[in-house]
Formats: sequence, structure tokens, C-alpha cells
Amino acid sequence: MSSEFIQEKLANGLLVNLKEIHSAPIISHWVWYRVGSRNEISGKTGISHWVEHMQFKGTAKFSSGVLDRAISRDGGYWNAFTFLDWTTFFETMPADKINLALELESDRMVNSTYLPEEVNSERTVVISEREGNENEPLFRLDEAMQMAAFPSHPYRNEIIGSLEDLHAIQRDDLYAHYQSHYAPNNAVLAIAGDFDSAEMLKLIHQYYGPIPAGTVHPHVPEIDPPLQEQKYCEVKGPGDTTYLQLAYRAPAAANDDFFTMSVIDSLLTGPSSLNMFGGGGISNKTSRLYRALVEKEFAIGVYGGLQATIDPHLYNIDVTLRPDRKPEKVLSIIDKEIERLQQTLIPQVEIDRAVKQARALFAYGSENITNQGFWLGYPEMFDHYDWFTHYVEKLNQVTPEKIQLALQKYLDPKRRVVGIYLPEEVQA
Amino acid sequence: MTQNSRSLPGPEDIARKVLPNGITLLSRSNFNTPSVFISGYVAAGSYLDPIEKLGLSAFTATALTRGTENYTFQSLFDKLESAGASMGFGASVHNTSFSGHSLSEDLPLLVDLLAQCLRHPTFPLEYFKRLQAQLLTSLSIRAQDTSEMAAITFDQLLFGDHPYGRPEDGFIETIQKITRKDLAKFHRQYYHPANLVVVVVGAVEAQSAFDILENALGDWQNPAQIQSAELPEIIPPTSTQRRHLELPGKSQTDLTLGMLGPKRKSPDYLTASLGNNILGQFGMKGRIGDAVREKAGLAYDASTSLNAWIDGGSWEVSAGVNPANLQKAIDLILQELRHFIEEPVTASELADSQANYIGRLPLSLESNAGVANSILNLERFDLGLDYLQRYADLITIISREAILDVSRRYIHPDNLVIVSAGSSK
Repeated sequence: MSSEFIQEKLANGLLVNLKEIHSAPIISHWVWYRVGSRNEISGKTGISHWVEHMQFKGTAKFSSGVLDRAISRDGGYWNAFTFLDWTTFFETMPADKINLALELESDRMVNSTYLPEEVNSERTVVISEREGNENEPLFRLDEAMQMAAFPSHPYRNEIIGSLEDLHAIQRDDLYAHYQSHYAPNNAVLAIAGDFDSAEMLKLIHQYYGPIPAGTVHPHVPEIDPPLQEQKYCEVKGPGDTTYLQLAYRAPAAANDDFFTMSVIDSLLTGPSSLNMFGGGGISNKTSRLYRALVEKEFAIGVYGGLQATIDPHLYNIDVTLRPDRKPEKVLSIIDKEIERLQQTLIPQVEIDRAVKQARALFAYGSENITNQGFWLGYPEMFDHYDWFTHYVEKLNQVTPEKIQLALQKYLDPKRRVVGIYLPEEVQA
Repeated sequence: MTQNSRSLPGPEDIARKVLPNGITLLSRSNFNTPSVFISGYVAAGSYLDPIEKLGLSAFTATALTRGTENYTFQSLFDKLESAGASMGFGASVHNTSFSGHSLSEDLPLLVDLLAQCLRHPTFPLEYFKRLQAQLLTSLSIRAQDTSEMAAITFDQLLFGDHPYGRPEDGFIETIQKITRKDLAKFHRQYYHPANLVVVVVGAVEAQSAFDILENALGDWQNPAQIQSAELPEIIPPTSTQRRHLELPGKSQTDLTLGMLGPKRKSPDYLTASLGNNILGQFGMKGRIGDAVREKAGLAYDASTSLNAWIDGGSWEVSAGVNPANLQKAIDLILQELRHFIEEPVTASELADSQANYIGRLPLSLESNAGVANSILNLERFDLGLDYLQRYADLITIISREAILDVSRRYIHPDNLVIVSAGSSK
């Protein structure tokens, strides 16, 4: 498989990452903006995600239905996502139709119209999206946990925003947020697939080159100090199932400790897949907490997760309890397992295992051009593309000693949030 | 721009072999990434479940990995997870399906574990009980899921006594009645080589993949197998049935409404599928998405789906809405359904959806899993190994009139099943 990585920065500040992959006649085109819920201020939570929705509502050149029809007609698909640190838009297209993606993404980088009637109809769509999330017990617990885990950093807010803010935000707020963050000098263009890089660069200059650099003043939040105590939060709601969640402050993605935490995640709760667009995962039935909780019949399932972010985010452990078990007992078992790891060095073979798991997950993820396009831009949002290419190597540098130190530093029971979702009878 | 483009999978590069014991093997090589995907099925599913023990086939499928003659649960998953591989089993109405993913160097391991689970599961009592408790909790969680509960009730009302009307994972009371012996018996009676299809796609030559599979499965015989029973006829509803499930404390109400659809092998299938794309899939979810989401702003999700199986199928509309907007959404959807059978779709709608169907085919075949599942469908529904190559022609000949004709035969706006689940307040 030929695969060549090329990086170039245009005069207007747009960073371009290209990778030729000729395994299928497909190209995946991604534009990443350095704006997400991290950059939102109080009263405007959810604005980045709502702006992402508005970006599908048309420009002077392409009215809303036209874009959608054109992409689908060519057999492509497109979507967008808003996360903590970033917002991204992608199109995966048959290779000979890729000009459409370049044309529409370069156009809506600066020319979206934000018609007031579209803003109002989208308000109810976003609120409906939030209401769908609220139906899930774990969304409600998550929301409470983040609030407790971050006293002031915007990572405390749900990306979709609070209901109050979704009612209050107006057209001009959305448009101002768009204007101050959507500019070539705040974006990364990543394209992977079946093209010739020299030809593709010409097209990129043609479509994106003329867009002037913007004046970008993102709100950059201060990092919250480490938690000074163990906090509790409890959410009650419908159902018969109790959930326990633990949240520890984790290292930022660019910190070397992040890789050590990835190995710890694999040891405790099984390897997490960082592929967001295909590839599948690996089960976690031999992980320490599965064996201690599910095999010993305290829980139905246990999962862990780590997010690659600019600022320190959270390492979460989620447990679905058996109906006959108490969360306090489950918590004490988790603490014992972590304590045991903190006190004894793990054998090197367990690190080798985590490295092999990561290697397999990357191989699965690279079967799919869309996911390759994702990897070409995603690491730029919290570090650099090198972060991805050096990932397995960085895991290889993790040692039993580093694991022990990281366990002591990050998984401290005195600095965490413990959350419990308790089912209750709800009046019909 | 295309250089070393692959052509669509077809008879030239899909290898097929039937072993003397009846197992059908298929394989296609792809050396672009160092991984392999395996998928397949045994033709044994929930249609074989005794009604009082509904969920038996799904329970059996999940229990296959809980211990075999050569492996304990922990040793089996230690092998898998140490290799960064995965493997899972699940049951649908007609089949027990499996899939696995590994680096190509670990294909022999993956096949060995697969063969162990299919041929020699031991269903240890300790794991049977643990799994039963896990399944019961999953069903309690399901009972709180507005979308799942609407879908299950919809199927019950639409398909009546046919197995399509029953959830494959059963109900709390049916899972409680299942014993360890039931699993062993189900496995003994219905898992046999003549029932088995296996597909391997990835960085391996077809002949090597076949050798590995034949070595692990070629001597499998099951003299205890029994023939399956005939299924009852599906009777279409003769009036609209409306049901609401009250689930307290929910912000959103989920709606499923619809009617019967064609079976997968019906000559109507592709025409209905293309019509469905126009009605509720194309772009931001077709006409229904445009009316309910884009114009009225009533829902984040509003779309249609055509589900076609061996004996029949369903044609469904689903949406998640605020409880206050429920009737408004139903009215808008009914209006769209009526319009859909009043006049043909427009020429540009048809051309859009035809181009979409033909253009997106290579995208659905990007990953090894995508290719493996497509090949499995070719086999399951006797579509022929050249189906993907003929697909563009099959889509191009579909006319506006044909879509109208097929839609009129299936869409009856006065004989619908309409189910909502949520808090009415």
C-alpha cells in the first residue's frame, strides 16, 4: 500500500495534511476547527455544537438542501461532530467526485448565512437531541459528574449545552461565534485517499487559498487545580438499575503520562479504541476490574475511558451493578484493585500486551479510508500529527515503574468524583 | 484520479468452497492492511425458541464463549485479548451469527477459538447463572429504553404470532425459565455443519484461509441434528392499531409506525428499497426528515427503514420527539405517506437516489467487515457472486411508476401500526 504523508501551511494559515492511499477509489476530506465546548463561556454553553448544525443550513452559493442533495447524489456521505476541543466536518466521496467537498467546505468556512428562521427551527432540533440524551441514565449521571469534577473549566459543561442556554442563545450569538472561530488560520484540512498529492495541493490552493485569514480570539480557559478532596454526586431517575461512575483527573494528551494512562486503562478496564470511525474494539473480559467485579458477580459490566484533550480531562470508570449489590461494596473492590496495582510493579509482558492491542486496533482502523482521514486531522487538535505516528512507540516506552507512579499520581481516591445513579419510582 | 482502484467483489475474486460435511466457505483477499475479518452464521435463531423460553437461541449464542472442552472462559478471552483480537456471537430470528477480527498472523488462533465455541461449548453452570443475571439486567435496562420498547411493541402488533413479532432476546419471565440443559440441547439439535457459512476477508490467500478453516471444522459431524418447524403465515393488519407505552420520567417520546414490507428475495425488494430511500433516507433522511426535522424542527432523528428478511419484512418510520409534539409528528408523517402513494416520485428524486445507491456501493465495501458482510448476504439470499457487479444495472432500470406501484401495494395509511413510548405528562 502506498501511503505518503505531506504537510503544508497555506499563506492564510490553513494547515494541510495529506495522505495518499490507493486501496479503494475513495477520498475522505476533513476540515477541523479549533473550537469546541472548551472555548465556551457561561450562558453560551452548547453554542459550538449549534454552530456546527447551522453550517448545514446553506450559504449564498449553496442553499441548505442543495449541498445535501449533491453529496448524496454522488454516493458520498458527510457528517460533523463537535467535541470538547474541536469541531469537525467530513465528506467521504468516490475519488472522482472530491471537488464537490473542496468547493462546499471552502465556501462554508466563511459564507454561511444563518437565516433567522433556520436558527429557530434548529433550536428545537438541538433541544430534541438533548431530550433524547436525557432519556439515558448515564447521560444524566455524566452531566452531574463533570460539574463536580471541574469547578470552573468549561469541560464541566455538556457539549450539547444546558437547556437554559439553548433557549437563550440568539442568531447573532451563533453568527459571532462562527465568525470568530471559522477561519483558515484556526483550521486543519486533512485529506486521505485515492489522489495524487501534487494535483490535490493545486486544488486546495484553488479553493482554500483565496480565503483571507481571520481574526481569531478563542476563549482559552484556565486549567482547574487538581481536586483537593473526594466528591460525591447522586442522580435519581427512572429504571431498576444502579450505575456507579468514578472520575479521576487525567493527563492532557500531549503529556507523556497520557500513554502510561492508556496502558493503565487497558489493565484495569480493557483497551479503549481511539478509532472513532470504524474498526471495532477488543473485549475487556480479562481486565482486572472485569475479573474483580463481573466474574465475582458484583456487576453486569465495567468500562473505562480516557479522552485525548488539550487540557487535563478525566479517566472514567463506569460500572453497571447487579441489582442485589451495593455501590459502596463495589467501590471498595475497585479501590482494592487499584491499590494492589499501586503497590506492586506489573510484569513487562502486560505492557507488551497493551502494545499489541494498540497495534491491532490501528490495523483495524486503517481498513477504512474515512477513519484514516480522521487520524490525519484529529491529533492536530490537541497536539500534532506525530502524536498518532508515534503512538505505538510511546506505548513501548512505558515501563512498570512509570505505571506505578502514574497510578499513584492520577488514581488517588482522595482526589476524585464518585457518582451514583439510583433508580427510583417515578409517578406516571 | 483513480489509480490502483479495486473493482467490486465478484466471481473473479470471491472464492467459494463447500466442504464434504456441508460447510460453505467464502473468502476474498485484501492485503492493504495486515488484518482479517471473519463472519458467518449457523441457520439457527429465535424462530426455534419455545415460546415460553423465548431468548433461548440468543442465550445459547452468548454462552458459547463461556467455556469449551479446551478452554475456560478466562483462558479463551486471554488468548483473544492478548492478540488484540475479538470474537462475538449473537442470534437473530433465523440465524446465530458470529464475527471476529484479528491481525492476519493470528487467523489460525481465531479460527481455533471459533471452532471450539461452535463445536465444543460446555456451558458451565457457574457461567450459565452469571450470564442469566446479566441478561436479566439488560432486559431491565431495555424496559427503560423508549426507542427499543416502541420497536418491540411495533413488531408484536405488526407480526402477531410469527417469530418476527417476538424480540430475539426474550423477556424477563422467559429468560428466567431457561435452564443450562436447554442451552446444551439447543446447541445439540440445531448447530450443525450443513447449516454453517463462514466468510474470511483480509490479508490472507483464499486457499490458506480455507485450509485453516477445513483443518478446524472439516471433520465436524452432528448426527443429533433435527429439522426445523414451518413458520406461521404473516397476516397484514386490517385497521390502524395505536398503542402508547407510558415510561415515566423521560424527556423524549420515541415513535415507530409502519406496515409490512417485502421479503428480501421478493422482486419488489430493490424497488421498495429505492422508494424507501426517497421517503426517509436520502440526504438528511428523505422526505420524512425534510418535513419533520428540517421544516418543522420537531425532531433530531426522523427517518424510515425497510427491513427485509426470509419470510417477510417491515417498512417503518421512526422519530424521537418532545411529548407535546407527538401528534403533530404523526400527522406530518401520515401526510407524507399519503402523498407518497398519490403520485410518482419526481424524476430528479429518482435520479438522485439511483446515483446515491450506485455511488455509495464502494464506500460500503471499504473495510474487511463491510466486504465480509456483503458476501455473507450474497450467500444468505442466493443473490449470486456477481450481484454487486450487476447492482448498478438493477438499480438503473427501476422506474418512477414501479416505485409507485410497489409503494401502493405496501403502504396503507389506514392500516398502520403506530406505537409511541415515553412520558405523556
